[in-house]
Amino acid sequence: MPTRTLTPGTETLDRALIVDPGQRVPGRASGFPLRREGPAKLTGAAKYTDDIVFPGAWYGITIRSTEARAKLVAIEPDPDVDWSKVVLATAADIPGDNVVSLIKDDQPLLVPVGGEIRHHAEPVALLAAPDRETLRQLKGRIRLVTESLPPIFDPEQSDHVFAHYDVSRGDLDAGFHAADVILEGEYRVGHQEQLYIENQAMIAVPGEDGGIVIHGSLQCPYYVHKALKRALKLSSVQARVIQEETGGGFGGKEEYPSMIALHASLLALKARRPVRMIYDRHEDIAATTKRHPAIVRHRTGVTRDGRLVAQDIEVVMDGGAYCTLTPVVLSRGVLHAGGPYRCPNVRLRGTATRTNTPPNGAFRGFGAPQTEFAAETQLNRLAERLNISPAEIRRRNVYRLNDTTPTGQVLRESVAGEEVLEQALSASIFERVRERTGREAAARRGSGTIPTGALRTGDQRIAAGIGLALAWHGAGFTGSGEVMLKSVASVELTADARIRVLTANTEMGQGTKTVFPQMVAAELGVPVDWVEYAPQDTAEVLDSGPTVASRTVMVVGGLTILAARRLKAEVEERSAGVPFHEAFRDDARTHGGTRIDQPFEPYPGVVFDDVTYMGDAYPAYGWAAAVATVEVDLDTAEVHVRDVIAVDDVGKVIHPILCEGQVEGGTLQAVGYATIEEIKLRDGRYLNDRLATYLIPTALDAPTIRTILVEAPYSGAPHGAKGVGELPMDVAAPAVVAAIHDATGVWIHELPATPERILAALHGSTDSGSPVAEGGTSA
Amino acid sequence: MSAYRFLVNGAPAEVDVPGMRRLLDVLREDLGLTGTKEGCGEGECGACSVILDGQVVDSCLVPICQVEGRIVRTVEGLSLAARERGSLDTLQEAFLDHGAAQCGICTPGMLVAARAYLDGGGDADEDRIREAIAGNLCRCTGYTKIVDAIAAVAHVD
Repeated sequence: MPTRTLTPGTETLDRALIVDPGQRVPGRASGFPLRREGPAKLTGAAKYTDDIVFPGAWYGITIRSTEARAKLVAIEPDPDVDWSKVVLATAADIPGDNVVSLIKDDQPLLVPVGGEIRHHAEPVALLAAPDRETLRQLKGRIRLVTESLPPIFDPEQSDHVFAHYDVSRGDLDAGFHAADVILEGEYRVGHQEQLYIENQAMIAVPGEDGGIVIHGSLQCPYYVHKALKRALKLSSVQARVIQEETGGGFGGKEEYPSMIALHASLLALKARRPVRMIYDRHEDIAATTKRHPAIVRHRTGVTRDGRLVAQDIEVVMDGGAYCTLTPVVLSRGVLHAGGPYRCPNVRLRGTATRTNTPPNGAFRGFGAPQTEFAAETQLNRLAERLNISPAEIRRRNVYRLNDTTPTGQVLRESVAGEEVLEQALSASIFERVRERTGREAAARRGSGTIPTGALRTGDQRIAAGIGLALAWHGAGFTGSGEVMLKSVASVELTADARIRVLTANTEMGQGTKTVFPQMVAAELGVPVDWVEYAPQDTAEVLDSGPTVASRTVMVVGGLTILAARRLKAEVEERSAGVPFHEAFRDDARTHGGTRIDQPFEPYPGVVFDDVTYMGDAYPAYGWAAAVATVEVDLDTAEVHVRDVIAVDDVGKVIHPILCEGQVEGGTLQAVGYATIEEIKLRDGRYLNDRLATYLIPTALDAPTIRTILVEAPYSGAPHGAKGVGELPMDVAAPAVVAAIHDATGVWIHELPATPERILAALHGSTDSGSPVAEGGTSA
Repeated sequence: MSAYRFLVNGAPAEVDVPGMRRLLDVLREDLGLTGTKEGCGEGECGACSVILDGQVVDSCLVPICQVEGRIVRTVEGLSLAARERGSLDTLQEAFLDHGAAQCGICTPGMLVAARAYLDGGGDADEDRIREAIAGNLCRCTGYTKIVDAIAAVAHVD
């Protein structure tokens, strides 16, 4: 199927997915279903975890370390306190293994006495009481006796390696030999907090069978289920996990909820009553996972006319104190590190190590935003060095059909790098704007307070700039991940003639509850309101895998479509060809319920070797381009991102409004990453662990975001969809940094591009010799 | 302790609680109005926004003693008239149509801020709308569709 661009305002969408042409939805989304749980969210009726009342429930809190590294010698409750009125739990109360089950078994639920505290805010003990006031009074009455140990904070000084990858293709030496220009660059990015607006929240309810029912804010019910079974020694039936309305996740509720669910469960089992474990914002920022900080070093060889001939890239990620998902984050980071560009001679190396800061984990983009910021900034610097426009250097290198990636993957279809690039350039009139900003920069040069600098203060203190970036994002799990997950999704016609979709994939704002019924209804030829979406409750749905990796619509949505097709075929066969929508009621009455469990089957022709790291790293890739325009105050170096044009190829647009919503939200998170979001550390502790000090963009900080959706379908998925959640997160930050350069003449190598860093770069710009960009010089 | 009386969404309420108890906790725990959310507890995120005598306030920063004799409007009270007809009001409908609610946790506060803006005569100007909701953080939408939804209602009003 050909690639196409959905031009806003025109009706080019797939009619089959328009389920109700009569619905009053404005603009080009006319007829697409409204957000299913929208009315409940809009009236305040939707129940998030903290909204749910369990009579007799106690409140639980976590006693945490205040050191980055120490031996835990003893936990000493104050003998003057009557502890019989409350419940105190330590590692000694854990019936099963003291581990949060994930990739490695290195992270305990609670540090045992005699064990090692490995980061600040690490859970050591738990306390539950009938009211919060008691907890406030008693929290400080438990003394942790420790012996300090020397911490490590520099990931390059750590000798504990969580993961290492080395991917090579071609002959690097020959590539550099053939290069006309070789450019080196070092890029750094820090922690980023997911900052879902609903804090982490879990309620554990002990069951009569000795088991536990968890009600919580979470992305992956079966991750929590697995963790409960292992640490609490429960059977699959005794452990039950129910996802409640979830107020955002962005990866932050992928793995950490297991920890909180286990803490609440330990207290609930000991107190023999429900226990509420609701984090406040301070605790949530101080203790839970962040985006991995990274150092990325590039050495790039390029010909005079701007063709990449050698890329030598080294990625170092700071895993924090425990492994969590670090090996997979690093893997995605390394595989995306070269950017969406053909290069015959490549070496990609990555190492993630352990430090004594709170563990880092999943966050939208999952390693790729770190390395693609570096790749794009490096390419923009190369373009400047060669005096080629940023657009032109991308045209000359962007992957085309049948190009080969560093893992030896031949891109046989669904390659839309050029399309998203050209759409972004055209929608932003990139070269024309760049000509203007270049003229303005040239006129400013040498006129300001910094010798030979770009500044002119006073009346003309605002400098405008425009920047471009391009990105790719591997769709679904890396390598053999999907094959190993063995996901199953179900579509059911019940005996009372209800149609239900059953998956473990959660709604956290992105639209699962809307698009799954929409896709199934389109397959079955019934109105969308006839299709129910079963609750994400491990007692009701099979494991269709986690709600991560932009895989929900692509992988699990694909399974629901296949299941719906089989159900339709079965019913129509039994009814001798009467169409499903007319036949299903009689069929249910006559034959009882029919449930189709659709297992994942490997995408045809996709082969990856997890040992050599060669082959098809992803079944397909999404492609994105972003053009950002900024205004920089030359006196204060404050950056205002004015506009972002975001062009994203998602394979197939299922629901244009929800899809745009993903692009807009991801773009703003990337703008925050580029400009203001930063964690400051002292002795392994996050200093700005409150919302008053960790800043995210407000409506006034946010640019006007214009989304253009492109469809380059992937034939391995029944609908062609490749996922959208993470793609926009990869591309906007380097576009903003390029725009800052266009305005000021300086490159920012470390995110976020704060006023302090920009001013420092401006003051140092004379020795870097980096000239102010001359606009409109495309060759 | 002493009893505090005030109006919530048009109905009288009376609570017998310490005067420094947060309005947010009174609404959520004493009155069962859980539509108002807590995001930060320190007046930064706006998830707990309510309208107090026509002004948008962060209910996590308001002690109940300051609410004596006053009029409180929460998300549950935005569409009282519409709800009797079993439907959303125009602002809620605009949010639904435009895709302005995603995860929904900021939505009650966002709606409250938008309602106060519109009731105060706010127009469809994008900059003024952004100013009006600048105290309400959203991490999902990028704000674009929220601004569009409020502007659409301002046009109609």
